[in-house]
Amino acid sequence: MSELGLSLRTVDPRRFQIAFLGSFLLFGLYRLEFKLEAAQVALTFASGLAVQAFFLRRLRLNDGYLSALVTCLGLSLLIRSDTYWVHPLAAAVGIGGKFLLRVNGKHLFNPANLGVVFALALGHAWISPAQWGHETMVAAWVLLLGAMVVSRARRSDVSLAFLTSFLSLCALRVLWLGQRWQVLGHRLDDGSLLLFTFFMISDPKTLPDSRRGRAALAFLVALLAFGWQFGLYRYNGLFYALFVLTPTTALWDRMWPGDKYDWNPEKRNEDLVSAAPLPA
Amino acid sequence: MKIWLALLLCPLNASAFCGFYVAKADSSLYNKASQVVIVRSDGRTVLTMANDYKGDPKEFALVVPVPVVLHKNDVKVVEADVLAGLDAYSAPRLVEYFDEDPCNPRLLYSKGSGVAAVRGSSSDGSLAQQRKSAKALGVTIEEKFTAGEYDILILSAKESDGLETWLTQEGYKLPKNASKALKPYITQKLKFFVAKVNLKEQEKSGFAKLRPLQFGFKDARFMLPLRLGMLNADGPQDLMVYAITKKGRVESTNYRTVDMPSDREIPTYAREDFAKIYPAMFENAWTKNDKRSVLTEYTWDLNWCDPCAAEPPTRETLEKLGVFWFADTPDSAPQNPPFMPRRRGPSRGGALEARITRLHVRYEPATWPEDLVFQETTDTRNYQARYVLRHRWEGKASSCDAAKTYLTKELPERESKAVDELAMLTGWKPEKIRSDWKKARAEGKDKAKTRQY
Repeated sequence: MSELGLSLRTVDPRRFQIAFLGSFLLFGLYRLEFKLEAAQVALTFASGLAVQAFFLRRLRLNDGYLSALVTCLGLSLLIRSDTYWVHPLAAAVGIGGKFLLRVNGKHLFNPANLGVVFALALGHAWISPAQWGHETMVAAWVLLLGAMVVSRARRSDVSLAFLTSFLSLCALRVLWLGQRWQVLGHRLDDGSLLLFTFFMISDPKTLPDSRRGRAALAFLVALLAFGWQFGLYRYNGLFYALFVLTPTTALWDRMWPGDKYDWNPEKRNEDLVSAAPLPA
Repeated sequence: MKIWLALLLCPLNASAFCGFYVAKADSSLYNKASQVVIVRSDGRTVLTMANDYKGDPKEFALVVPVPVVLHKNDVKVVEADVLAGLDAYSAPRLVEYFDEDPCNPRLLYSKGSGVAAVRGSSSDGSLAQQRKSAKALGVTIEEKFTAGEYDILILSAKESDGLETWLTQEGYKLPKNASKALKPYITQKLKFFVAKVNLKEQEKSGFAKLRPLQFGFKDARFMLPLRLGMLNADGPQDLMVYAITKKGRVESTNYRTVDMPSDREIPTYAREDFAKIYPAMFENAWTKNDKRSVLTEYTWDLNWCDPCAAEPPTRETLEKLGVFWFADTPDSAPQNPPFMPRRRGPSRGGALEARITRLHVRYEPATWPEDLVFQETTDTRNYQARYVLRHRWEGKASSCDAAKTYLTKELPERESKAVDELAMLTGWKPEKIRSDWKKARAEGKDKAKTRQY
């Protein structure tokens, strides 16, 4: 392994996530003309960080704000609304849910996932999966898959398992329908698929501890999302599928126990409670 | 017989002022523009496909994949002017302002647009094959009826080769690769809506032009089958989608949807040349967005407009276009709703629940591998592609000090900015714009004929 890889692995992965998501957000706002206002982003952060601060004090935790930042970035990237209240409310619910909804020390839901589903349920928000455009998406996939290989992220197995399952299902559909292979490539232009793969389903605080459990969960999420989108012709299947299936993590852990995840293994003693991650 | 396999079947009217092909609309132009109205709510869709086909009616045919078997009651023809009105209402618009006497003020009206007609191309060919029965080919004629001047068949098929063979032996000339393009629809158990012109009925109807066809169905899919339309494509094709929903803006979920640049001040000679300028702006915007994006030209509450390129459609017009939910809102049923064109705020009382989104799609086979899928968002913000002209004050620098500043400083700066703006919007060279403007000015073509407020 290269020195770069080695040094990458000793840094909290959430710092990379923040750097990537942050630049993605700026690029989207100023180059891709996202239907998102700077004020909505500011409100997301104000609300999300305030709720994080509240719970850290209340529960006397020392987790810091990395996870909350990742959640706020994820929500800003995904949620679109023509109101100013949906974003901050989604951030508050997502991050609040992280502290309030726990099973065996794990989060019942990924905070950004909870925030997204909550925002959609309010009926004043939508997701624009195609807002990124083809060229941006090609660059983003290359960058993220590359970074994953170099850093050997410890929970990348679930991202790969999910992506492989989902794309295999899409490939089977292309074969079945006799479509051109470009259709499969076109699936990768979906920005929510990328964010979901690398920053949401990979959230170690919601995943089964065993590799088998994670693979099973990833496959089921892919299957459900695929059926929702291509069988029922509904929208936002990825987020609903993960939302419905992450609570099964406790079952997988009972069936196949494994080691608990820790963001900073080197600093294990300093960080007993282990920060709550975010969208991943 | 020739056939347009398509959603967008045939030849259609280019958008109002998009003025594509304004110079001529002869038959040598390709089938590059079509118009579709999609009315959508609660899983129900009504599609209206306009066509301005000018060729021999015998040669006209249309094949559209549809999710369910349609019956006679589900299909009708509508008058072409209904669609033209919607087109004009939602078209990108020019707005004029007039500089005040700097030593004095005022302002605006909108300029509508002319409609350019385009006709389509068709593929030629002959058939001849041993005739096989529909059954042997796996083709079932689910329904057969006449709607207006059209004979309609609703087909289902077991395999694409069979369908291709059957259509060919029935006298439809299919483009190359039709079978391959039909296959995904057959596998998904879609039916095929096939229309051709019934000459007797057409004669009886007294309409020289073929009228738009409309049909409705209930299905979860909110999409347009583009792929069939690409079969006779020779280069990019234009599709104007007018999506009418209860509340929210419509966007594509599998192709990026962006707004056309708007509210830009451009040189005043645009008033005569808008039909050339707007298509260049569109082309430029499309290219800058990877040639893979859907461009929004308009989305607005259908009760009003500001400024209005044309009056908002009436309740009656919207119902003709297939809007089916007004009856569900009992009290808001004045026969002539109080439309308030040109008003600046949403109308109250009696307003209709309807929003239009005008999406301009330019697609090509290589980079648009999938049919267009849409979603209705919850976005209720209004947007229009609007370009602004500011006519100069025609006075003398000696009138007052302010006039001097205006003529020597403010005006040249502003006009230079307008040139740069247009250069950025169209990709044209600023020198070309300057010389065109100068020429137009010398010929007096950049002036409003009458000053209006």
